[in-house]
Amino acid sequence: MSDRTISFTLNGEAVSAQIAPHHTLVEVLRNEFALYGARESCGQGLCGCCTVIVDGTAVSGCLYLAAFVDGAEVTTVEHLDAGGKLDPVQEAFIEQGAFQCGFCTPGFILMSKQLLDCYPNPDDEQIKHYLSGNLCRCAAYPEIIQAVKSAAKKRQASRA
Amino acid sequence: MATTPLSGGQIGRSLPRLEAREKVSGRAEYTHNLRLPGMLHGKIFRSTVAHGRIKSIDTSAAKKLPGVYRVVTSDDVLKVIPKPYYGPAFHDQPILAIDKVRFVGEPVAVVLAADPHVAEEAVQLITAEYEELPAVYDEIEAMTSKVHVHDELKPAGAFADLKHLTGRKGTNVALDFKLRRGDVDKAFAEAAHVFEHTFRTQKVLHLAFEPFVSIADTKPSGVTIYTSSQGPSFVRVEIARLLGVPENKVRIRVPYVGGGYGSKLYIKLEALVTALSLIARRPVKIALTMEEQFYQITRHPCTFRIKSGLDKDARIIARKCEVFWNGGAYADVGPRVTQKSGFTASGPYDIENVHVDSYALYTNVTPSGALRGFGIPQLVWSYESHTDMMARALKLDPVEFRRKNLLHEGRPQATGTLVKDANVAAILDRLVARLNWGKPFDRGAGPVKRGRGLAIAIKAVIAPTTSVAVLNVTADGSVILYCGTVDMGQGSDTAMAQIVGEVLNMPAESVRVTPRDTDITPYDMGTLGSRSLFHMGHAVRLAAEEARAKIAALAREVGEPEGSNVPVAELFKKKYGMQAGNIIGTGSYKPDYTSPQPGTGLTPNVAPFWMVAGAGAEVEVDTETGKVVVARLINIVDCGKPVNPKIVETQISGATLMQLGFTMFEKMHIDGGQVTNASLADYKIPGILDVPAVMENETIESYQSNGPFGAKGVGETATFCASPAIANAIDDAVGVRITELPLNAEAVYRALRAKQNKPLEDE
Repeated sequence: MSDRTISFTLNGEAVSAQIAPHHTLVEVLRNEFALYGARESCGQGLCGCCTVIVDGTAVSGCLYLAAFVDGAEVTTVEHLDAGGKLDPVQEAFIEQGAFQCGFCTPGFILMSKQLLDCYPNPDDEQIKHYLSGNLCRCAAYPEIIQAVKSAAKKRQASRA
Repeated sequence: MATTPLSGGQIGRSLPRLEAREKVSGRAEYTHNLRLPGMLHGKIFRSTVAHGRIKSIDTSAAKKLPGVYRVVTSDDVLKVIPKPYYGPAFHDQPILAIDKVRFVGEPVAVVLAADPHVAEEAVQLITAEYEELPAVYDEIEAMTSKVHVHDELKPAGAFADLKHLTGRKGTNVALDFKLRRGDVDKAFAEAAHVFEHTFRTQKVLHLAFEPFVSIADTKPSGVTIYTSSQGPSFVRVEIARLLGVPENKVRIRVPYVGGGYGSKLYIKLEALVTALSLIARRPVKIALTMEEQFYQITRHPCTFRIKSGLDKDARIIARKCEVFWNGGAYADVGPRVTQKSGFTASGPYDIENVHVDSYALYTNVTPSGALRGFGIPQLVWSYESHTDMMARALKLDPVEFRRKNLLHEGRPQATGTLVKDANVAAILDRLVARLNWGKPFDRGAGPVKRGRGLAIAIKAVIAPTTSVAVLNVTADGSVILYCGTVDMGQGSDTAMAQIVGEVLNMPAESVRVTPRDTDITPYDMGTLGSRSLFHMGHAVRLAAEEARAKIAALAREVGEPEGSNVPVAELFKKKYGMQAGNIIGTGSYKPDYTSPQPGTGLTPNVAPFWMVAGAGAEVEVDTETGKVVVARLINIVDCGKPVNPKIVETQISGATLMQLGFTMFEKMHIDGGQVTNASLADYKIPGILDVPAVMENETIESYQSNGPFGAKGVGETATFCASPAIANAIDDAVGVRITELPLNAEAVYRALRAKQNKPLEDE
């Protein structure tokens, strides 16, 4: 198994990286690009701490092999405030106190953003269903639900 | 004690966390992220037997794997650290197993490699032969077993109440705490009713999402350790002791911590990475996987035999508590859990005659330590289930029965210390109001029955402990706070900044709180037991007050009239002629404390403050499946005056949801000493779908008279009562009593079948 070079779009920039076939997306983001927002925790794709957006869809970066992002568009949590302004979801998480230790937070924020892209005005059941694949050991769930609702309002207000 | 009057408008603000932007943008610093130049990764080869003599370790194949830098066993460790045993209470835990292994998962060898995948692969190539020894897993068996986990007890010497155990052989008892108040035997003889029950709790664990991670970088000038730790000061002291060097040769750095809950206290991987870095002469990082956390530290399983004697009016006149703590293979802080929780094992009740025996026991499983409550949740589970069982047997209302026996303000608690600022009666009142107790209640229809229950609790904060803080007012007037309290999500940096802002009359968000670094941040006993806001809060307050006095002195020195409002930057400029200088304020706090008398556990001053809490639950029990849905969960706590009400609310909510997992489903399954569900796939923790439909969190009106600005800690308080409140609600719904956690569908269904005289077969 030899190393290979992959090229992809990372947070809007064209990049390439030398990888081994067994390298996961999270490893490559950390080791090659110093992006630490996606982080391996359970290592089984169950907790969502490693969430990365690949071609518009959230994936578990701890299981997703880096080789698969060759030619793809990859977005990490670090890109959300690229313009210097926080995303409404990030603002809402801060205002609602929707995290404690913060380790799982980037994953929740990326999933919440994707949820709002699909359902701009989600009810509690939709929020719970959509975020049931993300875990928070500090259990900030009630605040997260509030934050998603608040973010939905912010997004609607900014569009109006 | 008088504290500064409110001035800065910072106390009581629901300020978002200072580090919020870093956390939502993925840029917060964690040890998990850190890499040092030339760093090696260590992967651990672990014992596969619960108790055995190591006959041989074959590392030859691992060494041959390309990319392996070195394979390390205890022989290598002994060359750099001749006495490689560590621990806060006992010096019993070897850095790597020496001669014997004492639990499945104990570190035996480490592979070092620049590429962690190579190290991981090489670990699979190591083999070890053991002469297996009989093992003991259960805390009750450990009391009398012929199997002894350690040949000889080795107390660390830091705690006076452990000294008598030095050199003791032929026992698994690592502490036998005794509390004796009044004459229980006489009271039991006079009692109109006597009830005795036994409760058990299972082995569960913290599972922080940033798994244990430490990096050591040893140089001739000393060692720097970067670590996800709740207690950098303790780590420094312990590493200095192991290395035989002064504290100033050891530097511990702790950025934000991705969850702790008590797991990252005292010393965990730090001794191992230090030894490995000394051996390899390079920086070494060990980052555990989620699976490996099951072999690091857990909560104590516990068996609690509780017996109460009541007079004819249902006043509890005698209580006997025998508590057996399953400490696992190494003591960690188990003996502290055993003693400190023992103080309040008889609960928030006014009982004249109390007898407590609390035993810390060694067993051949993963070590147990503190988990968000220092043993209190296990005790409350037992004594509040017991309370309801007695009320039910006597056909008394559970609230009235509690009221009759409540421990009121000014009355002596079991240790003899008078209770102050612990209004458990107010908590019970609020529960009654929120639950509409005494009013009609929907009991459900068809196979789903509804019930409700409640519980109340008390804890004495760990004492005596010390915190020190330093405050730096820079030449432009901006302020930096150096304090060793670790922000692992509880929001301590924000709360401490609010205290600084209150004293110095400035917005808290303008205060910088430095990351923890023992070269810079002064001593703190540890971020544990809900102690930080009270102890460090006082130290920070004192530091800020000293700085404020020095600013006033500087103003006088440069000729400003008393009470003038000249900006601090101007004062510095007037004195030094340019933007220069500092003002340093320091604060140190250690509360008064009187050690309990040996043998009786009695003391007039057991703790500087009490934590009291209550929970109410409404449940729906499916009688066809045993499935329990917690429909409503109410938490009432006393945290004094909340410094940051929003953060307090998230602490209450998060703590109770964590305890909900320990109550309803979390359990480490252990078979022959082997954990059989060591992963998030097999060990379920609460997710968003497990949140009760209705959760209500409330802090009662309160002011902690000796607290900083009337505040006290709250990190653990909402873990105390959820378990018994839910068990009491299940009994209320379907008339079955479960005495062992978790309260999962199987346990409830078995109990329902047993009640119908159609018991299911055992597994």
